[in-house]
Amino acid sequence: MSVIEQQANNDDIIVIKDLNKWYGNFHVLKDINLNVRKGERIVICGPSGSGKSTMIRCINRLEEFQKGSLVVNGVEMIDDVKNIEAIRKEVGMVFQHFNLFPHLTILENLTLGPIWVQKKPKDEAEATAMKYLERVKIPDQALKFPGQLSGGQQQRVAIARSLCMAPEIMLFDEPTSALDPEMIKEVLDVMIELAEEEGMTMLCVTHEMNFAKTVAHRVIFMDGGEIVEENTPNEFFENPETDRLQLFLSQIL
Amino acid sequence: MFKEKTTEEIQAASRIAGTSKGAVYNNPRYRAWFYQLAMMLGLLYFFYSIISNTLGNMEALGAKTGFSFLSAAAGYDVLMSLISFDATDTYARIFVVGFLNTVLVSVIGIFFATVFGFIFGVAHFSHNWLIRKVAITYVEIFRNIPLLLQVFFWYFAVLSALPGTRESLSLGEAFFLNVRGFYFPRLIGEGGSWVVYASIFVAIFGVFFLKHWAKKNQEKTGEQFPVFYTSLGILFGLPLFFALVTGFPFTIEYPVLKGFNYTGGITVIPELMALSLALSVYTGAFIAEAVRAGIQAVPHGQTEAARSLGLKENRVMSLIIVPQAMRVIVPLLNSEYQSLVKNSTLAAAIGYPDLFNVFVGTALNQTGQAIETIFMTVVVYFILNMIISFLMNRFNSSVALVTR
Ligand SMILES: Nc1ncnc2c1ncn2[C@@H]1O[C@H](COP(=O)(O)OP(=O)(O)OP(=O)(O)O)[C@@H](O)[C@H]1O
Ligand SMILES: [Mg+2]
Repeated sequence: MSVIEQQANNDDIIVIKDLNKWYGNFHVLKDINLNVRKGERIVICGPSGSGKSTMIRCINRLEEFQKGSLVVNGVEMIDDVKNIEAIRKEVGMVFQHFNLFPHLTILENLTLGPIWVQKKPKDEAEATAMKYLERVKIPDQALKFPGQLSGGQQQRVAIARSLCMAPEIMLFDEPTSALDPEMIKEVLDVMIELAEEEGMTMLCVTHEMNFAKTVAHRVIFMDGGEIVEENTPNEFFENPETDRLQLFLSQIL
Repeated sequence: MFKEKTTEEIQAASRIAGTSKGAVYNNPRYRAWFYQLAMMLGLLYFFYSIISNTLGNMEALGAKTGFSFLSAAAGYDVLMSLISFDATDTYARIFVVGFLNTVLVSVIGIFFATVFGFIFGVAHFSHNWLIRKVAITYVEIFRNIPLLLQVFFWYFAVLSALPGTRESLSLGEAFFLNVRGFYFPRLIGEGGSWVVYASIFVAIFGVFFLKHWAKKNQEKTGEQFPVFYTSLGILFGLPLFFALVTGFPFTIEYPVLKGFNYTGGITVIPELMALSLALSVYTGAFIAEAVRAGIQAVPHGQTEAARSLGLKENRVMSLIIVPQAMRVIVPLLNSEYQSLVKNSTLAAAIGYPDLFNVFVGTALNQTGQAIETIFMTVVVYFILNMIISFLMNRFNSSVALVTR
């Protein structure tokens, strides 16, 4: 199936084993097996409805699964509030539609987690927030509200908001697909910088193939709730093995 | 894109406008003012002609006009009064009695309607099937039955079915409920009771101070102080402590059965109970809908984003969902509260002595001075609703969103 056979070892920050999920009778995830090394950057693609979002949302328990096991940073995902909280503290998530809190200023959006979850003093949380706003190049918007920002700016704020929690892992679910073309680049640039400078573990659902080629260590193709193929970006795009991937690539490239 | 205007066209345009700057009467702002002014004058004239006409007619019929009747003795008693009142008191005083009764039933109604509304509104989202169904049924039943019918239901069907005085339902020989009303003990302060009253004030200030301190402390150190439970402790503990220290400087006046009735303590007449119940249950159903709509208006993505930051469920609710739901709920609350105040005039149907009942009802009947009594009553309801509007608008602007 895959060229890079992953063995579970101490470096694996995410270990997904035989994970299955159903929506009623609909089998949405079928026997998912995936190991992610610390610092690894993975791009996930596949046709609409193939279960990409569902899979990465299982990692921070925005979705529950019925069968299989999932271990994140050494903590097993079970029906226990303590485990769920421990995992969520280590996993940041960026959504397609940004999901900024519209009733809070940009700065408050960024300090909310550090203050209420990490119990940091306000000064410290604000200093961290400003640091990350500089990183995503919008420190001057700190006191505005999300509704006053452009889509690209909002998504950069959303990335900064996750980074303020200093997570081990970042999940991105189609972070650029709600953006106008001219704003896609500014968000991708931030993500590329993040990948190259921080060495952050990243799982990113996206169809931005240039992004995949630039930053990914591994690209995963999902179809019909299964991981159909995975490979290094070069091999993935140059020598797709399965017909399904060939068809998919011919449609999007 | 746009064709440059030629000089002729520009000149033609300014000829139409009269001058190159535009005439005053063509300025949209002045026009708007003018129309409003004209409208207002028209309205004033309309009411003036109605009132002067009526007054003229009444004078021709030999009816009295003016407000001198207010100082005359009313000559009738009322069922319930928050200030002392008997039949020799004036119409002015009965106006105040009615006003206070209206305010009382409105405040009780608004309080319980809000409590019911928020409980049943939130219950709509319960994971428990039964709780959810109860919430839905409550809203569907009480929202769809005419309010007058509900007033009658509580008054004639429920409260009238209570046992008679001698068979009163009682709790610890202190609380009694029977067909004549609800009776409970009254605390009467003696010398030294001011210490306890003062401690209540101190406790309230203490809670404000604590809240402020906890916020500052969290900003400085990041610690989260359990403000809510500590506040509860202070609010109840401090007065209780001083009551004990001062040797409980109160006498408790219990209701006791004398002859055919209970005397002493505080009595809630069934008319007040029925009206408050009907108003709060009915309005509560509408508020529950408002609360449900408010919570549903917050996109699920907000919950997901908050959860993925690692916030606990209660914080997701209090920091993210509720503040956003409030912008939908508050304007609806405003109109529900206003309706409740207006609907309290249904008091007339069961004889609760609210302002409308004692003033537009009895006083108008006895004096025949329709214009004056109706005018005074209208002004009161108008002012009450203005006050509600004012407060809710203040509240609303504090929850409003800033957008581009
Ligand atoms: N709450 C739900 N209830 C029932 N079915 C659902 C639910 N959420 C998702 N699905 C179904 O599960 C399948 C996988 O959905 P998912 O959102 O993971 O797809 P995706 O690969 O992310 O697609 P897209 O590229 O469109 O985002 C889809 O067929 C979808 O219709
Ligand atoms: Mg998706």
